[in-house]
Formats: sequence, C-alpha cells, structure tokens
Amino acid sequence: MELVIFTGLALVAALAAMLVIVQRHAVYSALFLIITMGALAGIYILLEAYFVWIVQVIVYAGAIMVVFLFVIMLLDIRREPDPWTPPGRGRILTALLLSVVLLVELGMAVAQRLVLPPSGAPSVAGGFGTTQTVGRLLFTDYLFPFEITSVILLVAMVGAMVLAKKRLT
Amino acid sequence: MLETLIVMLVKIVVVFGALLLAVAYMTWIERKVIADIQVRLGPMRVGPHGLLQPIADGLKLMFKEDLIPSQVERVVFLLAPSLSIVPAFIAFAVIPFGDTTTLFGLLAKPVALHITDIDVGVLFVFGVASLGVYGIVLAGWSSNNKYSLLGGLRSSAQLISYEVSMGLSVVGVLILAGSLSLVEIVKAQAGLYWWLGMLPIPRWFIFSQPLGFLIYFTCALAETNRAPFDLPEAETELVAGFHTEYSSMKFAMFFMAEYANMITVSALATTMFLGGWLGPIGPSPVWFLGKVFLLLFLFIWFRATLPRFRYDQLMSFGWKRLLPLALLNVVWSALWALRG
Repeated sequence: MELVIFTGLALVAALAAMLVIVQRHAVYSALFLIITMGALAGIYILLEAYFVWIVQVIVYAGAIMVVFLFVIMLLDIRREPDPWTPPGRGRILTALLLSVVLLVELGMAVAQRLVLPPSGAPSVAGGFGTTQTVGRLLFTDYLFPFEITSVILLVAMVGAMVLAKKRLT
Repeated sequence: MLETLIVMLVKIVVVFGALLLAVAYMTWIERKVIADIQVRLGPMRVGPHGLLQPIADGLKLMFKEDLIPSQVERVVFLLAPSLSIVPAFIAFAVIPFGDTTTLFGLLAKPVALHITDIDVGVLFVFGVASLGVYGIVLAGWSSNNKYSLLGGLRSSAQLISYEVSMGLSVVGVLILAGSLSLVEIVKAQAGLYWWLGMLPIPRWFIFSQPLGFLIYFTCALAETNRAPFDLPEAETELVAGFHTEYSSMKFAMFFMAEYANMITVSALATTMFLGGWLGPIGPSPVWFLGKVFLLLFLFIWFRATLPRFRYDQLMSFGWKRLLPLALLNVVWSALWALRG
C-alpha cells in the first residue's frame, strides 16, 4: 500500500517537474510547480513528518504565489511566440554528456540497492516528526545551523530590498 | 476498522452538509441583518420572512446560462472556481466543534466531535487558507480582463500582507496552550480564574490575549475580503473584481468560498480565543455554534457600518500598524510565559 502511494506521488512529482520546463507560458510552469510541491508534501506524510509536510505546503505555496505575481507584473500577459530553434552541435553534445552522467548515477544507485539487501522500513520512535520533536531538535542539536540559516535569509531579504528600491533616500 | 471508517464518513458528510447549509443561510442572514440596520425588510416573498430565499437563489444560479468569454485562458478559467472553494471547505476538517458525544446514549462508545485532530492543526488551517489565494489570482489572470486582473492582484497583495500579521497574532495563543493541535488548544482554555478575588472569568485566551484577538479578527476581515477591506471586489472601482467574467454556478462557487472562509475564520477564532466548545452547561456544539454565530454577526455588522479603506491606507495599516503590534504581542506573550 505504502509502495503504491509512494510510486503514484513520485510519478506525479516527476511528471509535473518535467512539465514545468516544457511549458511555453510561465504561469503554467508555476502551476505545475505547485503540483510538484504538493506531491513532495504527500511523500512527507508517508514519512510521518507532519510538521515538515505542512511547512512545505505553507512555504512553497507562498513562494510560488510570489513567482506568479512576478510573472503577471513583469511579463506580457499574452501567450509568447514559440522560441524553439533547432539545436546546434554544442547543445546536442552537452545534452548527451549530461544524460550519460545521469544514467551512470542511476545505474550506481540501483547497483548499490542490489548489493545491500533491503532491511525493511526503518522503524521510527514515538513522537517522530511531531512539532515538539522538530522544535526541540532545532533549538538544541541544530541550533547553530538554524541560526546561521536565519541570518543568511535576512541578508538575502536586505539585499532584495536594496535592489528593489532604486533610490535610497 | 470498518466501524471507524463509517464513523469518519458520517462525520464528514454531516459536517460538510451543515457547512453548505450554513453558507446558504449566511446569505439570508446577511441580507436580513443589513436590511434591518438600514430600516428595510429584506427578502420577504419566498417562504415566511424569505426563509426559502437561499434555495431559490441556488436553483436560479444553477439554471443560469454558463458563459465562457472567448478571450479567456480556458483551462485555468475553468479550474479557478474549484481552486477557490475546495480550500475553503477543507480547512474545516480540523476544527473541533464539540466535546465527545454518545448521541443521547445511542452509541456504545463516545465519539469525538471533530473530523480529525492532527498535531499541526493550526498550521494546517493557515496552509490551506494560503492555497485559497490561487483561485482568486488565477481567476483574475485567466479572465483576460483589466478589472479582473486588478481585482486579483489587489486580493493577492492584501492576503499576503495580512497573512503575516494573522500568523503572528496566534503565536501568543500557541505559547499559552503549548500545542498546535486545535483540540489541545480548546482543552487548555478550560476552567476559571478569579478576577480581584470575586469575579469569575473563564480561562479563554481572549482575556489573556486581547490584543492578539483584535489583530486576528482584523486580519480575518482582510483575509476574507470583507468590508471594510473588500477592495478586491470594490464594485464602484472594479465592476465586480476578479469574478467579473464568471457566471452561473462558477460565480456561485466564488461566492460560496467567501462565505465558507468567513465561517472558517470565525470557527478558528472561536477555537483559539473564545474557548471553542467550552461553556458552563448544556451540549457543547451549541456553545460552539453560538460563538461562531456571534462572530459572523460582527462580520455583517461591520459591513453595514464601515466605509471601505483606500488602497494605500490598507497597505500602510497592514504593514506599519498591525505587523508591529503583532510582534509586540509575541514578545509580550513570551515574557508572560517566562514569568508564569
């Protein structure tokens, strides 16, 4: 049952992620991005990480909303003409090289899985993934990375403000 | 297994049926209350005192011609009403509307009166509510109409701005209750304390978090696009805002989403600040419904009384007044918790 749900969610996530990049219109790309994020959120539920699940929904729903607004405000609302041009030799070569790398990586992952027999799902302790557990870990074991991340986010925010405000008075 | 499944199904059907009925009758109550405030009669023709008016309206909307303008982004245009109404209804899944019941001894085991109680209930409601913006923005964008687009953009700017203060306003409650589960939050409000040793006051969080409640309710008005924050659908400026191009049942879905959202934010306010289902005597759902109705009445009262904000006023009020106040409330609540 778990495998079925996981496969479904993974397929949806991968398919929607592909559709994000093949869309011609940025709004549709953003829409498929939401579907991808939603499917990932579903996988978090499977992992019993409820707090991470809902944070994923809140953060990404909000973030993609901003992408939407950018698209609507900055780009033309009409459908853009097809920008497709036949690929040159350099593009084909790069694509081939990257797909070989990806295939090798996939092969290695599968091989590793074959060597190590599956040990079944690791059992989780009671209270795993609850707000209390996550909060306690964030403010004890992972306090330093947590604070560093906040500072980095703050720096990014200040930078965005400076860039957006052309004339500082 | 089968028994829990049946209990769950019955609860879902009852809650969502009741919610749909409440949404329909909110329109009747709103028209009646506003009519009374303006010294009119309101709907009187369909049924006694117009009681069947919502049903007549619903039937009429269903049989109206469903127009789809030729210039719209078709897929998104069709999707937007559902994107708007589904989050509005889903959020109710975690709201506890009563203690436990045996239905007057009919059931062997007491059944808890909420659909589900998840560990992150408060965050769930906020997360789902933030998804509701997509319906409005996409409707505005896909309609390919200046008024719709302006309405959609206004709405998203408003929702994003006020969501910040709304989230911060409940942090005080979370600190006091020590949980994100809505059932736990209600249970934390049980009991009384004595004010000056003589006046009994319930331990509802509105008494220890008055500022938090005020901020929450103001933001709730803005989040549901209600007067005096109803700029996304300001008729005098934008025709009808984001739903200008919609007709028939699709228009009705936006309308229902707005009322369902009103009921949800009122239910959440009741749960977090007014002690939820808690009351001195009598069945608990009655207390819950009474409190929710009181808040809904406030919504209507404000609409009948207050003029609309100007857009710049709305933005500066949200960011320069409400947000600092909400932050102050967080700091104050944290200090209070440290002291106690």
